[in-house]
Amino acid sequence: MDNDNIITVDKLTKRFGDFTAVDAISFEVRKGEIFGFLGANGAGKTTAMRMLCGLSLPTEGMARVAGFDVYRQNEQIKRNIGYMSQRFSLYEDLTVKENIRFYAGIYGKSDAFIKEKTDLALKQLRLEKEADKLVRSLPLGWKQKLAFTVAITHEPEIVFLDEPTGGVDPIARREFWNMIYQAADNGITVFVTTHYMDEAEYCHRALIMVDGRVEALDTPAALKQTFGAASMDDVFLTLARKARRNE
Amino acid sequence: MKPIVVQDIAKRYGKKKETVEALKGISFEVEQGAIFGLIGSDGAGKTSLFRILTTLLLPDGGNAWVDGLDTVKDFKAIRKRIGYMPGRFSLYPDLSVEENLAFFATIFNTTIRQNYSLVKGIYEQIAPFKNRRAGKLSGGMKQKLALCCALIHRPSVLFLDEPTTGVDAVSRREFWEMLKDLKNEGISILASTPYMDEASLCDRVALIQEGKILSTDTPAGVISAFGKPLLAVKSPRMLHLLNMLRSFDMVADVYPFGEYHHVVMKREGEEKMLEAGLKEIEKDITIMPVVPHIEDCFMALMKN
Repeated sequence: MDNDNIITVDKLTKRFGDFTAVDAISFEVRKGEIFGFLGANGAGKTTAMRMLCGLSLPTEGMARVAGFDVYRQNEQIKRNIGYMSQRFSLYEDLTVKENIRFYAGIYGKSDAFIKEKTDLALKQLRLEKEADKLVRSLPLGWKQKLAFTVAITHEPEIVFLDEPTGGVDPIARREFWNMIYQAADNGITVFVTTHYMDEAEYCHRALIMVDGRVEALDTPAALKQTFGAASMDDVFLTLARKARRNE
Repeated sequence: MKPIVVQDIAKRYGKKKETVEALKGISFEVEQGAIFGLIGSDGAGKTSLFRILTTLLLPDGGNAWVDGLDTVKDFKAIRKRIGYMPGRFSLYPDLSVEENLAFFATIFNTTIRQNYSLVKGIYEQIAPFKNRRAGKLSGGMKQKLALCCALIHRPSVLFLDEPTTGVDAVSRREFWEMLKDLKNEGISILASTPYMDEASLCDRVALIQEGKILSTDTPAGVISAFGKPLLAVKSPRMLHLLNMLRSFDMVADVYPFGEYHHVVMKREGEEKMLEAGLKEIEKDITIMPVVPHIEDCFMALMKN
């Protein structure tokens, strides 16, 4: 395996009965990059991501994540990645502090480690005053920032973010991306899906899935040039409109 | 009377100690046959307002009229005349596509055939799956079915609470095309969305934040009220550029905006000075004046 790649995917396929959700996709994700994973609803993004996170076994093909094989070492994958979903990422009926402790505890971190990380996270998020408040009472933008912090508290090499900014206001959305940049600066690889095409511009490279296949993969600048498009929004529309799969 | 009139509507939740003011005195009007957009992020109060206007929730203050009827006193009459698509998928997952549509038609004392012309364009797209259970549909198809069900009794006013949240860019565009057709049928539409780019597709928009309306205007009006010079800047090192721009005194605000950073200037006439200053530090810079996007305006209003 190439040491500069944290994810290597080769002809990865997932079938449900006679339906091929993910159709022999191949790509690599480099260490430390912000990798955008784009596609229309039903293009196979979630299925592909679930396989990479060790949550679903592929039908065929090969994939390694953070040095581990998706078939045989899915438990190690789960332990070595961070994951944040849009819908369910924090316990609403636990406090801010309890959520951090709970997640770090699940990853088997020591009390001393958890305490240090909690203090640091509260300070960075400027949530010291809200430490003992229920997560339910926080605005969505703050919840999502906290969820991201929680997802990387155990210091994974790579973090998967599934539509982290859906419904978040434009200022909070930018603050969230600021955190992504910082994480990438600290060497964490970020694998992110989004429906906001302006955010696709912030990625180092973006992959666009159509009908279960990889339709394009390059830097945003190169993609725009290849498709003669003014923005990533136009690139996306050009490619996604080619979809034949009727969901 | 206009199809929707909202006057000083207020709503509070919770008990004395921990009350949340979801709506803090909201007023606006929607014109006949217009698409009115309520633009705001999660938690701004959009859903509370929808529930009040669709007679599912009582306000704590203010008055509202839908189709000339009072939302508190005439709730029964209003329910017959409006279509409502809630933010959360609310059809019967264990009924088929066709059964759901027939069910909603029956409830409103009508038949699919009677009003088919109104939903035809939308229903034809999901008709190949008419025997599939609604719970097994993809997000985009669920949304189309929900719209059909909200329309099958030919309402005069349509309420759409975040119809495009979580829907991809292609389906979002198609959805707004459908709304234009409905508008041409004379239906007045109130739609909410967290996507700022959808604002430009409305006749009028209200920007809502923390239970208050920041601005109500046409999309063009919102943009012309921005009032400060705006520049788009890019260089090969975007993060570095962002920090650099923050250090200029003449810059009021700077933030990432797609491929570029947007720079709000404090005063007119200093754009050339900024350009010269930047190029002294970094040669490979693209800088140009741009027309504000709704999102620029929304952020400026939020920060005020």
